[in-house]
Amino acid sequence: MLEFLWLIPTLPFISFLVLVLIGSRLSRTGAATIGVGAIGISALVSLLVGFSFMSSPPAGDAFSQTLWKWMEVGSFKPGITFHLDALSLLMTLVVTVVGFLIHLYSTEYMIDEDGYSRFFAYMNLFVGSMLTLVLADNLILLYLGWEGVGLCSYLLIGFWYKDPANGLAARKAFTITRVGDTAMAIGLFLLFANLGTLNLHGDAGILALAQSQWMEGSGIAIAAAVLLLGGALGKSGQLPLQTWLPDAMAGPTPVSALIHAATMVTAGVYLIARTYVLFDLAPSVQFAVAIIGTVTLIVAGCSALTQRDMKRVLAYSTISQIGYMFLALGVGAWSAAMFHFMTHAFFKALLFLGAGVVILALHHEQDIFKMGGLRRELPVTSKTFVIGAAALAGFPFITAGFYSKDLILWKVWSAHQPWLYVVGLGGALLTALYAFRLVFVAFFGEPKGHVVKKPGAFMKIPLTILAALAIIGGLIELPHAWGNWQPFSKFVESAFPLAASVEHGGHSEAAAELTLQGIAVVVSIVGIALAYVLFLRNRTSAERIARSTAGSAVHRFWFAGWGFDWLYEVVFVRPVVWAARINKNDFIDFIYRLFAGIIQIFHFILCLTQTGRVRWYAVGIAFGAAAIVAMVVLS
Amino acid sequence: MTASVSMEHGLILAGVLFSLGLVGVLVRRNIIFILMSIEVMLNASGLAFVVAGSKWGTADGQVMFIFILTMAAAEVAVGLALVLQLYNRFKTLDVDAASRMRG
Repeated sequence: MLEFLWLIPTLPFISFLVLVLIGSRLSRTGAATIGVGAIGISALVSLLVGFSFMSSPPAGDAFSQTLWKWMEVGSFKPGITFHLDALSLLMTLVVTVVGFLIHLYSTEYMIDEDGYSRFFAYMNLFVGSMLTLVLADNLILLYLGWEGVGLCSYLLIGFWYKDPANGLAARKAFTITRVGDTAMAIGLFLLFANLGTLNLHGDAGILALAQSQWMEGSGIAIAAAVLLLGGALGKSGQLPLQTWLPDAMAGPTPVSALIHAATMVTAGVYLIARTYVLFDLAPSVQFAVAIIGTVTLIVAGCSALTQRDMKRVLAYSTISQIGYMFLALGVGAWSAAMFHFMTHAFFKALLFLGAGVVILALHHEQDIFKMGGLRRELPVTSKTFVIGAAALAGFPFITAGFYSKDLILWKVWSAHQPWLYVVGLGGALLTALYAFRLVFVAFFGEPKGHVVKKPGAFMKIPLTILAALAIIGGLIELPHAWGNWQPFSKFVESAFPLAASVEHGGHSEAAAELTLQGIAVVVSIVGIALAYVLFLRNRTSAERIARSTAGSAVHRFWFAGWGFDWLYEVVFVRPVVWAARINKNDFIDFIYRLFAGIIQIFHFILCLTQTGRVRWYAVGIAFGAAAIVAMVVLS
Repeated sequence: MTASVSMEHGLILAGVLFSLGLVGVLVRRNIIFILMSIEVMLNASGLAFVVAGSKWGTADGQVMFIFILTMAAAEVAVGLALVLQLYNRFKTLDVDAASRMRG
């Protein structure tokens, strides 16, 4: 079964080509069938491949398949090679399965929009690029997928291109992620210059070579890790490159669910996990990853608490949750980060799809304070949304988010980072607060909006499946203190053969783990209860806090995303625009204008010869002929 | 055979005729005279061919002259038609009047 691996990324690409070439001639049903069908078959193939991979693991817990040699320049011979191990299999499964559900949802969500087949073409191109990214055997192929998903993100944020604001948001996303991508490209150059290859795996791959050649904490390891981290920060919307993600919500809601919540933005997490050896070799950078993740999760969590736009709340929440993943990566808890990635993909996709139903139902109303009481009108949506929000808030014991967040916090604690643990716990409180603020304001209380459109089966089925996954997804990994049931960690850790071994807790630690778990349970419940008091029971108190002098200042500050947009506008955009304006006539321009001037002078001189008098031309011909004859005779 | 004209003399005559024709083309403003000067130049080149042919003792020079004659006839036919058009348009035979196509 494993040899069908190549089909998984190829099918979306084929369907993209079909939709691009003949999409305009297809009916809506036809375009949707092709677009969704390709992803569906791809998901089916990846399930079969995954089943075969898990039931009979190949030698070395990895399988690679070379399709052809991409190029050969000296010793640089990257192949179109797909590499399947536990890490890429997990990513592939999430991308195809969640991607399929979101595609299915989109068939109904986008039905009234123009550019129906264009939408599915872009979405398929995205899935194909994302699968190339996660299955790539070498960093250059990974970079191809990396840029491919960036392109699709741009195209889909600006999908409704008739509104210039959407185009601006798309350009902003593209430009800011490009900052990170440039750092990553330089990192690839550095790796190639020092190790002579960009292949990741095997004895001659980057990971093994770096581990055997580079000293821990050496300058080169730090430089490589920092540059790759730059790429990861841009793609995953982490501080300081996070400002594009909230604006990226200008795209259609399924796009936000697929690209800007479940899959693409976690590519940075994947990149760091994939090149884990480099981060192991640069402990200072790895610690910086933890710090960045922690700061991001607080900053974004505070912003999420103040947003009025439903999708912006979820966008800031995504930034914050990826902060948790970075925190886990920063303490070397690779499998915990991937566990949170998986559960986050389920519940965040669920929340976005639920938000999409609400937005359609209220005729493109996104302000949560103009909603309210939706649970009576949209029973299925509100139930699944509450499940998603509970998973996001880490509601104890029954939701997947509880298990994954708890695992991260536990790993942070056992890595002897009590401060990071405390901040992470504070973030969990914030998460519970803003998640249930959203639920209580939009779905409970007095009805304000009028529901004009109820979701059909194609919207409800993905919601239900994702809600089920958001609940049972956590049960594949139970805390150590509860017993010996950690199949997820064991499986995923097979993809990190060179990682520094993490010792598992004994009985003395089990007590500590249970205590911390108790704290996490309390924090989550307190957050939800606080949200209930502030935003449902006694909403005036929340408004009073927001209206007081200090409260309104903080509210404005958080609402504006801690002023990062303003800061970048002042520090980067305006100086560059100013410099470009005053430097309009610089030296380079002078050279070009000199050329233009010389050519213009010749133009005038030659114009003078064109008198229009035939005898003048005859003189020219006569002298020209004489000159040629003279040249022939005299030479 | 009487004393033949030497090739040098023939070529000098052809050169003088050609120069006269060229000067006529360049200095005359009347288009009829320009056409006639062109005829003189054509005949000068024809003379040069004939002289060269007689020098090498082949008929090629005379064959070439017949070609030139044919071409000259065609040229005159087109040229005179153009002259008529020019006169119709400008009511003059001065070529400098038709100078609207300057750069």
